Amino acid sequence: MNTEILGIIVMFVLTLLLSLPLGRYIAKVYGNGRTFLDPVFNPLERLLFKCGGINPHKEQNWKQQLVALLVINLIWFFLGMFILLNQSWLPLNPDHNPNQTPDQAFNTTISFLVNCNLQHYSGETGVSYFSQLYLMFLQFVTAATGMAAAAAVFYAFRKGTHQTLGNFYNAFVKSITRILLPISIIIGMILILNHTPMTFEGKQQMITLQGDTTYVSTGPVAAFVPIKHLGTNGGGFFGANSAHPLENVNYITNMTQMIAQMLIPFAMVFAFGQFINRRKLGWAIWCVMTLGFLILCIPNIIMEMHGNPNITAMGVSPALGAMEGKEVRFGAPSSAYWSIATTVISTGSINSMHSSYMPLSGMNMLLAMMTNCFYGGCGVGILNYFIFIILAVFVSGLMVGRTPEFMGKKIEAREMKIAMIVALLHPLLILAGTALAAALPSQTASTLANPGFHGFSEMLYEYTSSAANNGSGFEGLGDNTPWWNISTGFVLILSRYLPIIGPVAIAGILGAKKYIPESAGTLKTDTATFGFMVFAVIVIVAALSFFPALTLGPIAEYFGMG
Amino acid sequence: MKNQHTSLFQKDQFIEALKDSFVKLSPAKMFRNPVMFLVWMGTLVMLGVCIWIAATGSNGAQGSLPYNITITSVLFITLLFANFAEAIAEARGKAQANSLRKTREETPAKKIERVGEMTLNEIRIVPSSTLQLNDVFICEPGDIIPTDGEIIEGLATIDESAITGESAPVIREAGGDKSSVTGGTKVLSDKIKVKVTTRPGESFLDKMIALVEGASRQKTPNEIALTILLAGFSLVFIIVCTTLKPFGDFAHTPIAIAALIALFVCLIPTTIGGLLSAIGIAGMDRALRANVITKSGKAVETAGDIDVLLLDKTGTITIGNRKATHFWPANGTGAPGFMEAAVLSSLADETPEGKSIVELASGLLKDKSYIPHMQQQFLAEHSSYTPVPFTAETRCSGVNFSGIHIRKGAMDAITRLVQKAGNHIPEETLAKTKEIAGNGGTPLVVAQNDTVLGVIELQDIIKPGIQERFERLRRMGIKTVMVTGDNPLTARFIAEKAGVDDFIAEARPEDKMNYIRKEQAEGRLVAMMGDGTNDAPALAQADVGVAMNSGTQAAKEAGNMVDLDNDPTKLIEVVEIGKQLLMTRGTLTTFSIANDVAKYFAIIPALFIAAIPSLQGLNIMRLHSPESAILSAVIFNAIIIPLLIPLALKGVAYKPIGASALLRRNLFIYGLGGIIVPFIGIKLIDLMVGLLF
Repeated sequence: MNTEILGIIVMFVLTLLLSLPLGRYIAKVYGNGRTFLDPVFNPLERLLFKCGGINPHKEQNWKQQLVALLVINLIWFFLGMFILLNQSWLPLNPDHNPNQTPDQAFNTTISFLVNCNLQHYSGETGVSYFSQLYLMFLQFVTAATGMAAAAAVFYAFRKGTHQTLGNFYNAFVKSITRILLPISIIIGMILILNHTPMTFEGKQQMITLQGDTTYVSTGPVAAFVPIKHLGTNGGGFFGANSAHPLENVNYITNMTQMIAQMLIPFAMVFAFGQFINRRKLGWAIWCVMTLGFLILCIPNIIMEMHGNPNITAMGVSPALGAMEGKEVRFGAPSSAYWSIATTVISTGSINSMHSSYMPLSGMNMLLAMMTNCFYGGCGVGILNYFIFIILAVFVSGLMVGRTPEFMGKKIEAREMKIAMIVALLHPLLILAGTALAAALPSQTASTLANPGFHGFSEMLYEYTSSAANNGSGFEGLGDNTPWWNISTGFVLILSRYLPIIGPVAIAGILGAKKYIPESAGTLKTDTATFGFMVFAVIVIVAALSFFPALTLGPIAEYFGMG
Repeated sequence: MKNQHTSLFQKDQFIEALKDSFVKLSPAKMFRNPVMFLVWMGTLVMLGVCIWIAATGSNGAQGSLPYNITITSVLFITLLFANFAEAIAEARGKAQANSLRKTREETPAKKIERVGEMTLNEIRIVPSSTLQLNDVFICEPGDIIPTDGEIIEGLATIDESAITGESAPVIREAGGDKSSVTGGTKVLSDKIKVKVTTRPGESFLDKMIALVEGASRQKTPNEIALTILLAGFSLVFIIVCTTLKPFGDFAHTPIAIAALIALFVCLIPTTIGGLLSAIGIAGMDRALRANVITKSGKAVETAGDIDVLLLDKTGTITIGNRKATHFWPANGTGAPGFMEAAVLSSLADETPEGKSIVELASGLLKDKSYIPHMQQQFLAEHSSYTPVPFTAETRCSGVNFSGIHIRKGAMDAITRLVQKAGNHIPEETLAKTKEIAGNGGTPLVVAQNDTVLGVIELQDIIKPGIQERFERLRRMGIKTVMVTGDNPLTARFIAEKAGVDDFIAEARPEDKMNYIRKEQAEGRLVAMMGDGTNDAPALAQADVGVAMNSGTQAAKEAGNMVDLDNDPTKLIEVVEIGKQLLMTRGTLTTFSIANDVAKYFAIIPALFIAAIPSLQGLNIMRLHSPESAILSAVIFNAIIIPLLIPLALKGVAYKPIGASALLRRNLFIYGLGGIIVPFIGIKLIDLMVGLLF
């Protein structure tokens, strides 16, 4: 078998094998079970909670949880704005990088806070090491925020009636200390062993093979990169993200980063099944997500391996595949695999330039972000999927002649309203954002790198990436302008917090409802049939709404290739 | 009346519904249905476009006038089709209810005037429609009872066939649980005084008619949730279609308003939106056809969710009363002698048990004339024959004649008699009574002159076919509970034999109530049927309470459905009607949304092909031209509504094959079908439309 394909299969299988025990472990952490890290972190946590005046054992209802979540996020936002606007005189700035402009600082802070990491700057020149460290801190807390919100949903679906969903602070802090931090340290070690830089010194002077003197940016990269992937953040240390040779050194670091980004989204699904004691449901959800992932991923691998016929026609051998914008050390298939992995999950880190992919590969990346629930982001992926479960349960519940219920809780008008608003939000933000950008050429025309359909794809991609909290870009778009910084900033805020508030609210309301025991007439949600139903709902609600937009972008480009 | 099989569309209903479809175009009425309201607005916009083209003579970007007029008309017809669906469902429901109501409207009533013109309590004949609550009227043999009421004096046999279709007359009497009479039924014998229990226009039938007519029809919780889902989908497509305009401009592909509105109307779930209220009305109508009057649409819907069904043993699970099945003689008595005594003690016994003893004996004897012959002979010989009726103190019955006394009764009652006389009970009899009780039967011990002759075994006869019905309920996921006054031993035996899942033995009215509360506390929905006043609290507590029409007014007020047939197994039908209602909604929603796939593939290429010819590759149906493609999609979208009206009215068939199998089946038929059918439909329509545009 082709070793490149084998590499992909190994990556996927390794992720799955690692995520199974991790899922059990996560369920134990949220279930307040004892873990081997207790002796290390218990005293530290006690100290933190004491300083903060927080009682981590106080049960909170869904409203209290959301207030806690939003308040701490707001504090980090102000802190982030302050640091980015003042980084020139703050410590750890050996390269003397200037302060960010207010609109850029707004966009940067928001995008790191909401797990998107859109990065309208280049790490080499745009931020100081101090800012990088703060951004690294944000990558931890934003991942933990999503996970703690998912934990609240887990709590709601334990058997019985629950007014409260555990304690947000407890789940949040434990997500960092028991899950993110230890695994990040392990990944950091692997990266350092593969020569990823880890230093606070400034640019390094280097003489190239041709004898030219050049300056190479470095920094605490090995510390930054693990959480970038583990927390599905994707904010690169360098502008070129994981395509940069110092950020992603070789095939092993590539594989490590690849596994790291899919690990927690996989594990959260299994943790859900474990936590509510329905392991089969966890597997059923994972299978549907995997089906969606493969449907997007396999065509991309095939298309990229075949190469671009227009370039082949120019006499270039297509043996290596479509290599424009790709790194030779990773190859076409592995890059194509990454392109979908990073978009189905809200990572948005890149190891190749997405703009250079074949038109339909680009469409698949867009679709991955438009559906945004095949695995999805750290914690939030399962929340997004949960909304589609609610919609699917409603329609299929009716189809079997019962008023719909999920996990023994009746789905009624109020939950439908919330689910529908969240489901609506995604197409609204993407399509309305792109429509505004298309209608305002004075703001956008000069920022597009390509005319016509590809230019349209650039705009569509930018808003899709923002709304999916993904952060990858169709590189080529000159996105550091007030228009892009501010408009995507607002899309980021709305598309981050509403899809967290919605599912937590639904879970809170459902959790407090009467528990209806299962009977033969109850629709089972862990079957292949129901899984197919959810898949169909995702395709029809999430994917088909974008059909017209995609037609004018990648589809028109594809048919136009001749 | 019972189980009328009328064709789906009758001419007068059809015409009435046709008229109504236009009346329903008023914006106030359209507003209740957000999906169709959007179509209504789309039609108005298109009307504006047509006028604009006609006024300016512009023939460019917006397409030709005939094309725009055609689109507008098709949209308008879509609206009419949706309104027609609702109207025809209403018309059918109304016709059904009216035929029930007609019987009582112009009936003369013999009203008693407390203070009359000449004397007190004089009787005046007034039209039934003038009767007020608490008025009193009398009915004599041959009279039609003018309105619903309660007997306050007297007893009568009544022919209720006009309402129930059951020809055997029933007895109704003042006091107790059988005091209620229904308007439209006929008094066959005796004279009764009846107090009116409903205000004019507020009888259950009136309420039902009002529900069907829509005046007081409220959306059920499930309908509201579904409307939210459909409105949400519509909003998504509002976003999709409005943003398409700047997208098109950016790509230098102008999009005509007609195309945009056509895309929008095709994408929003008009099929289910147009049929939604018809489905709800048809559900109530189906209940009415099963002779069940529902007080709200919600009750029908809830019936589909029932988890637990409480059923009275007598009349539901077993046929009326228990019957004698065996004679078990004690030591030393030949069977004929014992049987003779048993028959003699029962000849004058009018209770069903007594009669069944005589029946059994005559069945066992080869000579069919033996018993009547014996009876004659016996009465002739013994002039001192005196029957001894059952009393609460003695707890046995029998006969005295010529110094012989025969008694039959429960074991303990006979034991008392026998032991008082100094005799003792034979071991064999004692063992037999235990055995019979263990088998769910009732032992009836017969003693002649205080000596035990033997035991008669009485058994409940389980209704034929009831096991299959319970099996069907179990497969639907419904737990059946038998309620009986029997002792636990007997109850368990019958429960097992009939195949019910649980039973309440020695049940008092409050036991039912407690059982319902317990199940509800565990999250289950409970249905029950009842008729007595003491059932009323439980009927009110149950999620679905079906009161028998023969029951008391209190019971009928407490329940949320009234069964005109007084058929205790009706609950099973009601549950299926509820399930059908929800399933019809679910499957048509799926169908409607699945249709969008084909409509996208019809309209999207049509929108852009003129400016981006390479998109011809997306026109997988090979539709004739952009105009014909758009028109075909809109026409398909319109005609699918009337095509599905029969399904909406009849309901999707329910099969108790388990939830997952049912979902698979319906997903296959309505989901996959919903994807494929429009591809075929639109292509066929395009072949025809293509000749014009």
